[in-house]
This record gives sequence, structure tokens and C-alpha cells, in this order.
Amino acid sequence: MTDVPPTAPDRGPVHQVRDSYMAELQRRRLYGGLTLMIFALLMVSGFMVANDRNAGGFWSGISQVGDYPAEVLAEAWAMRADLPALLAEFFPALIETLNIAAVSTLIGAAAGLLLSLLSTRGLARWPRLIGLFRRIMDVMRAVPEIVVALMLIFVLGGGPVPAMIAIAIHTAGALGKLFSEVAENADLKPVEGLASTGATWAQRMWLGVLPQVAPNYLSYALLRFEINIRASAILGFVGAGGLGYELRNAMAWGPGRFDEAAAIFLLLFGAIVFFDQLSSRTRNRLTEGQRA
Amino acid sequence: MTTTTLETARQDADRLFARKRLTALALPVLVLAYFTYIVFAFDIPGLAKRADWDNAVTLASDSWSYKVHVTRDARSGEMDYAVEGERKGAYPEGARPAWVTGEETLSVALGPAHEVRLLPGNRTEVAVPGHPLIEIATEGREVTTNLTDTPPDWISASSRRVAITTEEGRITVTGTKTEIFNYFPGWELFFFTFESPYHGHSLGRILWGERIDPARANLVGALQDVWNNPMWRHKDVAWAIGETILMAFLGTFGAALVALPLAFLGAKRFAPLTSLRFAMRRIFDFVRGVDALIWTVVLSRAFGPGPLTGALAILVTDTGTFGKIFSEALENVEEKQIEGVSSTGAKPLQRYRFGVLPQVVPVLLSQILYFLESNTRSATIIGAITGGGIGLMLTQAIQTQKDWEEVAYYIVLIVLMVMAMDWLSGKLRGRLIKRSQ
Repeated sequence: MTDVPPTAPDRGPVHQVRDSYMAELQRRRLYGGLTLMIFALLMVSGFMVANDRNAGGFWSGISQVGDYPAEVLAEAWAMRADLPALLAEFFPALIETLNIAAVSTLIGAAAGLLLSLLSTRGLARWPRLIGLFRRIMDVMRAVPEIVVALMLIFVLGGGPVPAMIAIAIHTAGALGKLFSEVAENADLKPVEGLASTGATWAQRMWLGVLPQVAPNYLSYALLRFEINIRASAILGFVGAGGLGYELRNAMAWGPGRFDEAAAIFLLLFGAIVFFDQLSSRTRNRLTEGQRA
Repeated sequence: MTTTTLETARQDADRLFARKRLTALALPVLVLAYFTYIVFAFDIPGLAKRADWDNAVTLASDSWSYKVHVTRDARSGEMDYAVEGERKGAYPEGARPAWVTGEETLSVALGPAHEVRLLPGNRTEVAVPGHPLIEIATEGREVTTNLTDTPPDWISASSRRVAITTEEGRITVTGTKTEIFNYFPGWELFFFTFESPYHGHSLGRILWGERIDPARANLVGALQDVWNNPMWRHKDVAWAIGETILMAFLGTFGAALVALPLAFLGAKRFAPLTSLRFAMRRIFDFVRGVDALIWTVVLSRAFGPGPLTGALAILVTDTGTFGKIFSEALENVEEKQIEGVSSTGAKPLQRYRFGVLPQVVPVLLSQILYFLESNTRSATIIGAITGGGIGLMLTQAIQTQKDWEEVAYYIVLIVLMVMAMDWLSGKLRGRLIKRSQ
């Protein structure tokens, strides 16, 4: 098809198309190559800067990565007889970590639900304030949990409550955004039907919107619960109770208490994997049930 | 016949409704029961006792105000004026705030009506409206006052120390020194400290006025002094924010680069061996399950505190997550495009490059960008643990428990940083989706 008779004296339209295509292709290749080069440059120079500002260098550290886990494991193995007792000892701390995650997910989801409905076009109670509620969610989402947790620890003292409030605030913002994306696709007919019967805003939302979006909301909330378990363990590390707090104490002791550290590692790992699997199974069922 | 079917149908419906009502009731009851348990498990009733509301008040007022310390040394009688009582915020030699007047007897005005007079011989007079003049004198370590035995609750007096707290400021007198805190709204010395020649000059004067510091051009010198401000440490803060973003950037993209080839091994269609695919999947699960916290702890032992450790912690954790997401995306690629490419005689590597990657790259990039934003937040938290970036500065400022204005400043910056990354990643994802359509 592209065969042009060699006798053709002028360059036909086919040639023009081909030339411009080749030029376009070259330009795209150039841009693509340049982007890749800039990216590679950023990665390499970023790595070098990070390496310079780190206390220990990358190349000296990489050989020592295994040392600490090996030490912990060796000591835990030597005292493996105590492990079941230690697991039982730290189980309450695990329960506290899970409780922090569960309560903050519940509170955060409830607040996120309200915020999402208030900031969705077509559903909002006060349509003029949609922008305001969206900004509120943005800020709640942007504040890292540790900021709120540390300030609350200063006022309320250590313990699970600061972590709970901190995670709940972030959860409300994060879930609110996801919820409102789902709610935007909700069918408005049931809402209008309810409105015609004189239902209040709360009734319209509860009976008209929620049944439509509940599976999706539940699935997002479960995913959040999974994330919140991790967050709650991390906040424990800065003094908010639960497993993270015990881990820091065990680590501060150093050698001699590594069996405790190993027990805590084990509990945390087990809990995360367990709830990960549980929530992904449930989420699959929820979304499949919706498709059927 | 019809009546019986109708009857059974009605019964079925009734039963269904009864069950629905029960579940509708059971759920709130369960949640309520759980919350009741939590109230006791978390000891919420004891919280009010443990809470320190004075701390809350300090936190709330200090974050938007500053205080100037006026100190008189009891032995030498020397006066000292400093913002927040810090050496970095000290007034230069011979200078003092405008609200301090007098020579022999110094008069310190607190607000419009309160006044503290520092008299020679280590005597102090405090005039508070609605209260008789308070006279305090120190002799060695002994502090004497003209107060009655039962002073109001805003005064605490003993033979060693007298402290007066009013809404306009605080006065503390001990045997060694007399200290007055005067509160003002705002963040003082945010741009220039007293050492800088540009302190006290307006922006217009700096931009268009005559040269203030003969050695430097106005704009250059002003920028240098803001950048090197010892009070607010703008240079360190900027570096810390850079470190945090760097951690997120290196961690996210590093994880993506490591995870992409591994994901091929974990995807059903591309894995050469089923057992290899299974092993790959378990590795991803393991790495994800160990969690950023434990990776951070382990890695900081090997690499020491700093941004590299944080970046590596994010990298390792996200390799698991990306490996899982990527291999799922790879299992959903269209076979036809790969066939088309292989029909031209492409080798396996070329098949991947031209048959598979163009299909998945937009999806994967959009995921990566989404994680970039959330990792900025993680990097702040990880930084607080490993000791790098703005997270470290924030925890340090909170732990000193006095620089709440700095804490407020860092929080504002962190929120802005996360929102900026959110905006950027959303923008890039939007462009990506538009291009792939």
C-alpha cells in the first residue's frame, strides 16, 4: 500500500503523511527519553542527597540489614520456651491496638458519612456550603495522625484516647472523600420519591441513599480498618499505648529483651496478615454481591 | 388454594420484615455495646482526671502569641530583654522595648493598665487594677511581700518565690532574679532577628529604599537574613520539608521500579513456574504484613537515623503493595496486543515492552502517583520515628513543650505540603487519564 511507483516525480500525499508521522514519532521519542532521563537524574541525585544526610551510609548499612533481625531471632530462638507466655502477656496490648483501630474506624466512618453527604452535589443539605465541607475534609485528610496524636498526648497524657481521636480525624477526611465519590453516582430517584412524601433530609439520606451505597461504603470502611491497624501500631510507638508502645519499651532495653520484641513482632505481623485476608475476602464478597 | 399461597406469602413477608427489623435494631445495639466496652477499656472516666487543662491553655495561647522576658539579675542588677527568653531573641546591647521606661526606677507596662516597677535595692512593685499595690522585696534568698496571709488565687507566695499571673502577663520574683513575661499576639522575629540590620524596616524600605547594610544589596541581604534566621530556622525547615518529600519520592518510585519486574513473576500469565508465582505472592504478602513500623525499626538499626532510612522503609513496604497491585493489573492485560506484537517476530523482551507495558503503564502510574501523596504523610510519621525530615523537627518541638508557635508553624507547613502533593498527584493523574483515553 505504501508502495509508491518509483517513477512518481513529486512527493505524494502518502509521503507527506509518512514524513509527518516519522517526525511526530521522533519528537515523542525525544520527549519520552528526556522525561526518563530527568526521572533517572532525580532518582540518582535524590538518592545521593538522602545518603549524604543520613547518619549511616547506604553501602555500609546494606550489609548490616540482617544483623538486627538475626540477633532478635537468635535470642528469641534460644528462649523459645518462653514465647507462648510472652505472646499471652502482650495479647492485651494487641487488643488495645485493634480497639483503637476499630473505634476510630467506626467514628471516622460515621463522621465521613455525614461529611460526604453534606458535600455531594444533589444530596447536600446546604448546597452553598459544599465547598466548605470539602475543604474541611481536605484539611482533615492532610493532617498526619502523628501531629494530632502528639498534641493530644501533651494535653490528655499517654494512652489510647489520643491515638483514637487522631486516627478518627484522618479517617473521617479520607473516607469522606471516597464516600462522596460513590454518592455522586447514586440514583436520585428514590431521594425524589421520598422528598415527595415529605421526608426530612435525614430520612431521605437514610432510606434513599444509604441502601444504594452501603456495600461500597462498607468495603471502603473495611479497607480503612486494615490501614488503621497499622496506623494505631505506629502511634503506639510515640506513646499512645498498645502494641507499638510495648515494642518501643522492649527495644529500648536492647539485648536481653529481644524475646519480647520478637513476640511483639509476631503478634503484630499475625494480626495484620489476619485482618488483611479477612477484609479482602469480605470486600470481594461485597463487591461481587453487588454485581450479581 | 390462592388464599393459602397468599397467606404463606404474607407470612414469609412478615418473617422477612421481622428479621430485617431485628438486624436493623441489632446493629446499633452491637455498636453501642462495643462503645460501652471501649469507654471502660480506654478508661474514659479517668481521662478528665489525667488531662492537664493548663497544658491545653498554654498550647492554645502560645501557638499564636509570643512573650518578651524582662529579667533583672538580683546580684548585679543587670537587665535583660529577650523574646521568648532565648539568647537568639535577645535585644541588642543598650536597646529595650518601648513599653519599658525610666532610668533609676524601671517601669514595665503590661497591657494598658497593669504596671510593674523595678526599684533599686531589688524591690518590686506590681500595680494591678482592683487590687492594692503589691510590694515585694528580696534580701539574699528571702522574699518578703506586703500581701496578707490569704492572697487571691492568681498569686502564689512563699518565702522563696512569689508568682503573679494576670491576663496581661506573669511576674516571678525569687532570690536570684525578677522575671516579667509580657504577652503579645503574633509570631515575633519571624523574618528578621534583632541581629539583622533589616529588623524593623518595612518591606518597601528594603525593596526600594537606600542600602541598609553597606556590604550587601538590600534584597540579597534581606533574603540571606530570613533564610538564616536563628529563631525560626527557615533554612532547616526548608531542608526538612525537602527531606520528607525526598523520602516519599525515592520510596514510592524506588518501590515501583523494584516491584515491576517482580510483578511479572507474580502474575498468572507471565510467571514461568506456578511455584515461583506462589512464592512471589507470599513474599509480597510478607513484606506488606511486616508493616512500615517494623521495617523502619529494623532499617534504622542498619542505616542510622536520616532520610535514607525513611526512604528505604517506604520502599520496602510499598514493594509488597505495588507487587500485589501490579501483578493483578498484569493479569488483566489484553492478549490480542501481545499476539499482534509477537506476529511481527518480536522477541520476549520486546513483547513485554510493546505489547504489555503500554497497556498497564497508565494504570500503574496513576496508582504510583496516588501512593506518592499518601507516602508524603507516611514520610512525616516515619521521619518522627527514624529521625529525619519535618516529622523529626515537629516531635522535637513538641517534646520541648515550650515552642508551641514553632509547632503551629510546622503543622501549617505539613498540611500545606500534603495538600500540595495531593494537588500535584491529582493533576498528573488527571493528565494521564486524559491522554490514555
